[in-house]
Amino acid sequence: MSILYDERVDGALPPVQKQALLQALQAQLPGLDILHTEEDLKPYECDGLSAYRSTPMLVLLPHTLEQVRGILALCHARQVPVVARGAGTGLSGGALPLEQGVLLVMARFNKILAIDPAARTARVQPGVRNLAISQAAAAYGLYYAPDPSSQIACSIGGNVAENAGGVHCLKYGLTVHNLLKVEVLTIEGESLTLGADSLDAPGFDLLALFTGSEGLLGIITEVTVKLLPKPQVAKVLLAAFDSVAKAGRAVGEIIAAGIIPGGLEMMDNLAIRAAEDFIHAGYPVEAEAILLCELDGVEADVHDDCQRVRALLEQAGATQVREACDEVERVKFWAGRKNAFPAVGRISADYYCMDGTIPRRELPRVLQHIAALSRKYGLRVANVFHAGDGNMHPLILFDANQPGELERAEAFGGEILELCVSVGGSITGEHGVGREKINQMCVQFNSDELTLFHAVKAAFDPRGLLNPGKNIPTLHRCAEFGAMHVHAGQLPFPELERF
Amino acid sequence: MPVGCDHDASQALLEQVNLARAEGSSVQIRGGASKAFLGRPVAGVELDTRAHRGIVNYDPSELVITARAGTPLRELSAALEAAGQMLPCEPPHSNDGATLGGMVAAGLSGPRRPWAGSVRDYVLGTRVISGLGLHLRFGGEVMKNVAGYDLSRLMAGSFGCLGLITEVSLKVLPIPRCAAHLALHIDPQQALQRLAQWGQQGLPISAACHDGSALRLRLEGGEGSVKAARDQLGGEPFQASWWQDLNDRRLAFFAGSTSLWRLSLPNHRPLLALPGEQLLDWAGAQRWLKSEAPAETIRAAVQHLGGHATCYSPSDTPFQALPAALLRYHQQLKQRLDPQRIFNPGRMYTEI
Repeated sequence: MSILYDERVDGALPPVQKQALLQALQAQLPGLDILHTEEDLKPYECDGLSAYRSTPMLVLLPHTLEQVRGILALCHARQVPVVARGAGTGLSGGALPLEQGVLLVMARFNKILAIDPAARTARVQPGVRNLAISQAAAAYGLYYAPDPSSQIACSIGGNVAENAGGVHCLKYGLTVHNLLKVEVLTIEGESLTLGADSLDAPGFDLLALFTGSEGLLGIITEVTVKLLPKPQVAKVLLAAFDSVAKAGRAVGEIIAAGIIPGGLEMMDNLAIRAAEDFIHAGYPVEAEAILLCELDGVEADVHDDCQRVRALLEQAGATQVREACDEVERVKFWAGRKNAFPAVGRISADYYCMDGTIPRRELPRVLQHIAALSRKYGLRVANVFHAGDGNMHPLILFDANQPGELERAEAFGGEILELCVSVGGSITGEHGVGREKINQMCVQFNSDELTLFHAVKAAFDPRGLLNPGKNIPTLHRCAEFGAMHVHAGQLPFPELERF
Repeated sequence: MPVGCDHDASQALLEQVNLARAEGSSVQIRGGASKAFLGRPVAGVELDTRAHRGIVNYDPSELVITARAGTPLRELSAALEAAGQMLPCEPPHSNDGATLGGMVAAGLSGPRRPWAGSVRDYVLGTRVISGLGLHLRFGGEVMKNVAGYDLSRLMAGSFGCLGLITEVSLKVLPIPRCAAHLALHIDPQQALQRLAQWGQQGLPISAACHDGSALRLRLEGGEGSVKAARDQLGGEPFQASWWQDLNDRRLAFFAGSTSLWRLSLPNHRPLLALPGEQLLDWAGAQRWLKSEAPAETIRAAVQHLGGHATCYSPSDTPFQALPAALLRYHQQLKQRLDPQRIFNPGRMYTEI
């Protein structure tokens, strides 16, 4: 089944006449920037999941809330599907446009409205970049904790829509844990405040529901985030291991010792080599796995914890343990990890990044399965892993110019996600379902659960105009996917050895 | 009903919900009834979750515990403590028979809330019996999971109005290695100013309450950070059990028959000029008010400062009213998830 919207299984979309819509928008919203020519639409045909492309009917670039309100009113009245987009860095095709819909780009809402150091909050427009919040808060010794790898470019509105994570989630949480309040517009044009400036708000926790809802419930127009005081000290230990299993056990032992590192990352040999070639971070290229363990907080505690962690790593069989000697080296250690994706991009024509999560104890078993799948599909895999919170990013290496390789990579990726589900994990830890994992949602949830998701959607968008085809599959799609995929009542991976 | 330490009564719960569906009646969900005073009275057959109890899965190195809704919090905390871990959200009433399901449904957090997060922040997954009489599973036992809508966190604080929670998976954390409890004799206004300053400095504060006579602080962390903060802040030591008395509202302040209000405010707002006595918790973000002032006066004053007020004494409108548009979406959500209004109808608002 194609990843692009398929009316046969994703549901019929209302017919929209491009010229009539364009004229109506121009007439009703005279100041609105609209892109409508082939060459202008082209740059918007994909988000960060660039293997999948679809040209939107129109791209709308509002810069006032009144324009957004007007766009939604018009689209609601004329039944035009609306796909919202922030900076377009998402990795699951959540902002993949629809040929029969408009792409609503919120990137021009890029103002930081207020930073309140006493309240430790920042109130920002949705198009503000993640990193820009921390940069603005730095003057007060504060920062915004969630740091997805794309933080230099990704927008906070997109972060809320995807419930973005990063490398510091174990200690500091996901986006949902770092929000106080969002302003949203529903497709019906209602303006809602979810959450509050206080720590809780009356009624249901719709802030939690909207966070990670991938643009299916409303359009985010303003975000108030919590800021944290910058940790006084951050130190990083780099440990090398001669087996991935040993590195995995070391992670469990650090946690079991009552230490919550600020970041705890693992990379396997292929990822280490790629990152080292690219960044020259000083990684030991002969190691089968490395762990990066960042400890942050008050100096005295960090010093104690570093000694504890070093001892645990050595007991777990690390072949070497190095502490970044200064801030320059610390940043370099992290640069290797944060650039692991582009680094892998240099050793392969294309790569496909997965985002499953698993209970940490399953790591050695899952990595062995992935290695077996790699042999089965004849495609290499580099593993990058937020080890502290069980979020894996296997990168499948392929060449889209070789006939059949993209399809093999997709099938391989699909099997990895189903493997994650079978060990009690999830198909997506932080990248979202979007369009990419729409079929695997049929594995993660049964039809009753999916039906409830559709009921939630219907409470906010009964006509299904916001981001149709994303996040929650139709039962029809699952029926078709299930017919191709034998999983019910059977071992999910009968071809693999069980251990 | 059989009540053992480990018993799966989900089938009986499901039958009771399906009976209500068939009869067109509603159910009034209860666990330990430690928070029965909160919210509006509900008409309906009592549905007691306490037989459905027991820890289903707990692996300390995964930092996750899964238990059935009727599990007493005391039992849960004991298991965690034995492994050196805790529920960071510090739910109240754990000694009064409170259950895990009630903790999540009410969503009340304790003194650590502003620093560690709320009940909802620690919810990773739930099993829920829906308004269609189906036993469903959302979220899971992993820290990061963005598949589908976050129904699990939506359940937190929904007072049982959207479905019957039968099982919950929570993130847990290690108990800090070191703690200290300090009382500083400063007035409430000074306390709010200092807390705002300290909040920007990363001190290891994990509870801060002005009880009318002193600012009481709890410091938690490693030995080094706690000692450094203690040296910096000074003050007199006091017993750790004081925090439990605060959390379960057993302090002298909470005695008497004057109406009790919980005010939720942005932390740095000044003291409210309302008649009655006040106690500041959560570094000023949660304030308790004993007052016979009219509800409208209290609510208007709190709303003006960006907060909301909940009445902890019997009231027909215990929760602050929702704006019209927001209420409409609450009704639509209730209608879609519980079309027959089986679960706790009217517990939060008459309309839902």
